[in-house]
Amino acid sequence: MKFEFFLELFVGGLTRGSIYALIALGYTMVYGIIKLINFAHGEIYMIGAFTALIIASVLSFTGLPLLAIALIAITLAVLYSAAYGYTMEKIAYKPLRQAPRLSALISAIGMSLFLQNYVLLAQTPDFLPFPDLIGEFGFLKPVENIMRSSQFVILVVTAVVLVLLTILIKFTRIGKAMRATAQDQVMARLTGININRVISITFIIGSATAALGGVLISSHISQINFYIGFIIGIKAFVAAVLGGIGSLPGAVLGSFVLGFTESYATGYISSDYEDVFAFAFLVLILIFKPSGILGKPELQKV
Amino acid sequence: MLELENVNTYYGNIQALSNLSISIGEGEIITLIGANGAGKSTTLMTICGIVPALSGKITFEDERIERLSTDRIVAKGIIQVPEGRRIFPYLTVRENLDMGAYLRNDKAEIKRDIEYIFEIFPILAERRNQTGGTLSGGEQQMLAISRGLMGKPRLLLLDEPSLGLAPLIVTQIFSIIRKINEENDTTIFLVEQNANQALKVAHRGYVMETGRITLADTCENLMQNDDVRKAYLGV
Repeated sequence: MKFEFFLELFVGGLTRGSIYALIALGYTMVYGIIKLINFAHGEIYMIGAFTALIIASVLSFTGLPLLAIALIAITLAVLYSAAYGYTMEKIAYKPLRQAPRLSALISAIGMSLFLQNYVLLAQTPDFLPFPDLIGEFGFLKPVENIMRSSQFVILVVTAVVLVLLTILIKFTRIGKAMRATAQDQVMARLTGININRVISITFIIGSATAALGGVLISSHISQINFYIGFIIGIKAFVAAVLGGIGSLPGAVLGSFVLGFTESYATGYISSDYEDVFAFAFLVLILIFKPSGILGKPELQKV
Repeated sequence: MLELENVNTYYGNIQALSNLSISIGEGEIITLIGANGAGKSTTLMTICGIVPALSGKITFEDERIERLSTDRIVAKGIIQVPEGRRIFPYLTVRENLDMGAYLRNDKAEIKRDIEYIFEIFPILAERRNQTGGTLSGGEQQMLAISRGLMGKPRLLLLDEPSLGLAPLIVTQIFSIIRKINEENDTTIFLVEQNANQALKVAHRGYVMETGRITLADTCENLMQNDDVRKAYLGV
């Protein structure tokens, strides 16, 4: 029984870590390329969840099978959120690219508040029930106390996203262009890279993965409101800083460290302090290792 | 091939280039010499569209380019090897070379060109899987020039390729510059503080002071000029 509880918390930690990772990737990629903490990133996650809710609700009247509804809702939510991310960069950040970094940061905070309040007004301030898009898998029946189907899907999807993203960054032309732009923007332009395109693609990918996380976790916990993006966005940001902001493996590692810490601490200590652990972590990292676990120190020029 | 006419460039309120006019013919090696802060690097950055000109004309092969974005200027074959090498520190040597060929699609030929570069610079072949940041200054300069060549330049802009390098390597770099010019018929615009070497390798030269061209002549004449001898050749 005790061991089963331990395993349950383990799966809970993995699930949290996966969701944090899907969001933290966007933070860290955007920071790597334009050195901006995109505080409106959590709102993209929330908008992804809302879009999926609306589409799934409409589709539920058509009598389509659950799998079809889920696939359509997730795909459209991801595309719609990616368009949001793209537009957000064009409106709120691109005009400020030559401005001091603080200006873009303030713009990001403004964007975050704007999107929250926009959803609050356009939708509702109340919690809305979110339909179960995943259903129950028969083969998970024996372990249903430890891992639910929605958790299983979150883990698999996150693993697939991480593998695809690694391939994209490491081996493709656009991936190399992204790394080059992150390392030296002027030199990247001098090799003929269109950095506006690279930045747009970065926002699109980051928004898409965040929206994917938003839909999957909402289906898991069954309710959403306009505020869900804020707290989880800050936590994913903590995860990105923990791993070393700007580093992709760092963001993933930081997310799982944070996910497991929260899961075990709420399980064995007290769930009242759930949010304390993440922010205590943030304070400790910033004091003792500001560059994060995998963060790179500034390289000296020869 | 490249004409700058009355180009003015500013950093905020500070004028970095004043009424700059430079003319570079096809197949030439032209050098631009001048002291620190004279505006030499700004000249190159203006040509490439990184620090756009506020006024004036820049013409490349009868086409105005001063309003184009950098990636479109690079696509025309104007490739810069910037000051301080600017090797991508966390990309491998091989990936740095790939970045040089970013706008090219001819895979087979890119592979041949990389083989050719590894032939001229065996040290780069040895270090091909090392990251750029781990190379020595001389190796980085060789990589920076090679990365520039991977872009198949029609006009190669070199910014202080000899800066901070050992004398032996400086000689090697200048002989490579001559070789690039002779073998591929690549036009070269060479910005240098090392006026002595630069005037020896180039055909014509410009002297720059505080954002203006003060002298323009053949290298033989510049080397005879008393002001140049005093200010830049230390004679």
